[in-house]
Amino acid sequence: MSTVTRADQAARAAVRHVLARVGRYVFLCLVLAFFALPLLWLATAPFDDTPTIATSLPRFTLDNFRALLDNPYALTSLVNSVWLAGGTAVLVVAFAALAAYALSRVRVPGRDALLYGLLLLSSIVTGTATMVPLFELAFRLNLIDSRLGVVLILTGGLLPAAIFILKDFMDATPTSYEESARVFGASRLQIMRHIVVPVVRPGLATVGVWAVANVWGNFLVPFLLLRGPDKAPAAVIMYTLYTEGGQADLRLLSTFSLLYSLPVALMFVFVSSRYGFRFHGGIKR
Amino acid sequence: MSVTPKRVTGALAALTALTLTVTACGGGSEPAGKDAKNITLTITANAIAGGKNAAGAEWIEKWVIPRFVEAQKAKGVTAKVSFVPSGVDDEQYKTKLALDLRSRGGADVMSVDGIWVGEFVQAGYLKPLSEVSGDQVDAWDGWSQIPESVQGLGTFEDKRYGIPQGTDGRVLYYNKALFARAGLPADWQPRSWQEILDAGTRLKAVPGVTPIQINAGTAMGEATSMQGALPLLVGAGGEIYTDGKWAGATQPVRDVLDFYAKVYGGGLGDPRLQQEAKGRDKSFQEFAAGKIGILAEGDYFWRSVINPKDGIAKMADRDSVVGYALFPAKQPGAGIRGQDFVSMSGGGVDVLNPNSKYPSQAFELLSFMHSAEATKAQLAGAARITSRMDVNKEVLAGDPMLNFVAEKVLPLTAYRPPLAVYPQVSVALQEATAAVASGRSVDEAASAYRKKVEGIVGGPGNVSS
Amino acid sequence: MVQATSRPDETVEGARPASGASPAPDAAGLGRARAAGFLVPSMALILLFLVVPAVWTIYLGVTNYRLTGLAAANPEVVGLDNYTRALGDGRFRASLLLTLQFVLGSAVIGQAGLGFAIAFALRGRRGPLRRVVEGFVLLSWILPSSVVAFLWIALLDRDAGTLNALLGTPGTAWLLDHPMLSIIIFNTWRGAAFSMMLYAAALENVPRSHLETARLAGASTWQQLRDVVFPRIRGHVLTNLLLISLWTFNDFTPFLITAGGPEQRTEILPVYVYKVALSGGELGFGAAISFVMLLINLVIALVYLRMLGRRRERA
Repeated sequence: MSTVTRADQAARAAVRHVLARVGRYVFLCLVLAFFALPLLWLATAPFDDTPTIATSLPRFTLDNFRALLDNPYALTSLVNSVWLAGGTAVLVVAFAALAAYALSRVRVPGRDALLYGLLLLSSIVTGTATMVPLFELAFRLNLIDSRLGVVLILTGGLLPAAIFILKDFMDATPTSYEESARVFGASRLQIMRHIVVPVVRPGLATVGVWAVANVWGNFLVPFLLLRGPDKAPAAVIMYTLYTEGGQADLRLLSTFSLLYSLPVALMFVFVSSRYGFRFHGGIKR
Repeated sequence: MSVTPKRVTGALAALTALTLTVTACGGGSEPAGKDAKNITLTITANAIAGGKNAAGAEWIEKWVIPRFVEAQKAKGVTAKVSFVPSGVDDEQYKTKLALDLRSRGGADVMSVDGIWVGEFVQAGYLKPLSEVSGDQVDAWDGWSQIPESVQGLGTFEDKRYGIPQGTDGRVLYYNKALFARAGLPADWQPRSWQEILDAGTRLKAVPGVTPIQINAGTAMGEATSMQGALPLLVGAGGEIYTDGKWAGATQPVRDVLDFYAKVYGGGLGDPRLQQEAKGRDKSFQEFAAGKIGILAEGDYFWRSVINPKDGIAKMADRDSVVGYALFPAKQPGAGIRGQDFVSMSGGGVDVLNPNSKYPSQAFELLSFMHSAEATKAQLAGAARITSRMDVNKEVLAGDPMLNFVAEKVLPLTAYRPPLAVYPQVSVALQEATAAVASGRSVDEAASAYRKKVEGIVGGPGNVSS
Repeated sequence: MVQATSRPDETVEGARPASGASPAPDAAGLGRARAAGFLVPSMALILLFLVVPAVWTIYLGVTNYRLTGLAAANPEVVGLDNYTRALGDGRFRASLLLTLQFVLGSAVIGQAGLGFAIAFALRGRRGPLRRVVEGFVLLSWILPSSVVAFLWIALLDRDAGTLNALLGTPGTAWLLDHPMLSIIIFNTWRGAAFSMMLYAAALENVPRSHLETARLAGASTWQQLRDVVFPRIRGHVLTNLLLISLWTFNDFTPFLITAGGPEQRTEILPVYVYKVALSGGELGFGAAISFVMLLINLVIALVYLRMLGRRRERA
């Protein structure tokens, strides 16, 4: 009797196991379709000689790319974006890592309240209503038409969330390595560089990519602070590909969208293969 | 600078002092730097090579600047002139100019939309041209070539703040092929709103055709006001702002909303198209594809949208298939000033930055940009209504449509009030048209509109009823 | 039975902070002074470029300041007028309601739910399928907003949209008939990656043996989630919900797809502020609304903290 039930149970468990596997595959395929579907247009329209809003097999052409190359600002804007995004990401990662480490290892009274408060403030500063204060501030600091100004302002806005995320990573790394390193006389920065950073590297990479993606898409700050298209990043140039009546030039727009997206996509592939791209081992409590 | 909180000023006092000394402006009647031998000037416009209004950018970079520099050289002056292109949404461009002017920076010559002039002046960002650059302004011979009404674009409270670039007018475009199928004449000219609706009813019989596209709703933004609500309003004898009061739920406003109700409630228009974020683009494509019978637009539509050469919705047979008619008043004589036909106009203006270091030369540059020769070069063979009569006479002869606008439409036209709250009132009007287009009653929409306007302009005292 | 194998074990949790969350004070021997030194660069930048403009904006909120016109030349302090006006404004209240729907639908349910589901389905899995799925999910997260907005317009278009072509529903105007649902699904697509990554890390924290035991004991997937997984990732759920709610609450991207329409049915607060401050030029009023948004964000954060508790506080 009991053997029967056990066999029965085992069979049922096996069936359920198979069903669960099938369900899992079906679900993952649906997820894949959901996330890939909107991207189709980006894969077809740039190669279509008369792109429309519809996704269709293109009448293949590379003319759109040629037309885009005639645009004097398209390529330089991508380089500008790289400067702004790279500069911001470096500052955000470096400063946030230091701050997160300090906050994680040393007890500061009101630490969490401070972090939450800054996080909330960072949400207000990303809004439209702040543009006058931001502009005036940059003006007073002589940072108008300066890439540095854009980088600093964007860094200030991204730091709270970056510290918040990285602190969780830091909290998750055991302190025992640091203690023993200290016993062997390593300096604090050495400990930071050789012990802490390698452990939280995927976290740093993630925050770096997150910062790059944020800056890469930011229109308002560089638009207000930079003068002229020579320094303008791609986010700003993207908006110039409209006619005087505000109508989109789909040939240029689709092609530029693709070029504009490629660097961040490539960066992501590079970073994820090199450093790992997840909160691996991070944010554990 | 009273917006600045004290603590912030305090913290940044040193830096502020530094920047203020640099930007402190001179004043006095004699323009500063008049006899300078080395000058630097900048021009900015919402135009950019390879993007928005590329032709305008090219004209400034390739024509204006080299020739102006050359002309200055002949006078023994070394001029360094640069162009700061833009090429974004007008609202964003305006914001940036305002921020620049507010901090006493920005280009010496700025291209703006005519309706911004008043609000910029009120904010203290602009000064009258003659105050900035002295007597040479009124002595400029170009003024005599610019009609009084067009000069109005750059004028606020009877003072000149800039030189207009040109203007435009509103007409009704119609598809002659569809008209033929609906049994309507090829040389159509409605004399009343009812005749538009009648034509729409006939067009409705043609399968797959939207009879009338008259912009409604907020998704179209200012295009709803300029191509729809305001031309209708002046056609009903009303003005959005007159004698210091904004139009509330007046009879003309109700008439306008009633017309929208008849078009969109009566199945003569496509109400969904008005709601779509890209609805205006789509209306262009549909007209070009022969799916819309009548469409109200400015001459921009003819020049840049359905232009068979380089339009964004090219119509190869534009010249033979597309007709245009004057925008009629509600009924003959019912328009403003008792007119039978009406229009609305706008246009760009080039203004001088009062903080320019070389105001005298800045005006030289400005007037150079508006010489007959420069204006012709700007057109680069294409036809457009410029501010100068001498140029128009020459270039418009080759384009019957634009000639029609210049000769027949402009004398009837009206302008928007150049005040800071206008954009908000305009949005309120757009919302009222949206409400009616989606089926709400005219009364309901009109009273909601009146309430909204009262809130915007500071109470019922500033609103007419 | 299930509970016997996998109770949300308070003692385990209580013991964790000692080893994990908050290390013993200054185990690394950093010292307060040095810690302060590490904090200086970021705090200086935050103070100058975040706190100063934020405080300035809050100040603008009590003025009638505009960018142009007479009120630009002589702005006046109007006290709390902007706030009373906002609270009495039907449009503001409608916008707030829409924003809460948007946050609940796209962040709390959409991003967190889907992100968790993907992470759970991929747990313990290696190989190309995982990489491809993760790659696409992350791609939608890092592409620039102006590009993804265009992609979604193309996807949902009434006449020529890819979705209508696939579903065989020509002429369905998704963005007009179901505007809020459309932007909720859009934002789920846009942001699920963050939750997925965070939960993937969290799930590595759940010992496989516990799940195995629960399964052998006959617990359904839902029971496993509730009794084994959730108690162990509670802190991650909190961090995740806090961040994505905050980001979603202040997300402007839907404007690029619907422009707030049709008829303000997707006019969430960031869009409302944009229209008030940039299109309407009323910077004072816009700043006041921004501050109200900040307060609402604060309330949301407090609610989360209360509901999910932050164990580190107890430690």
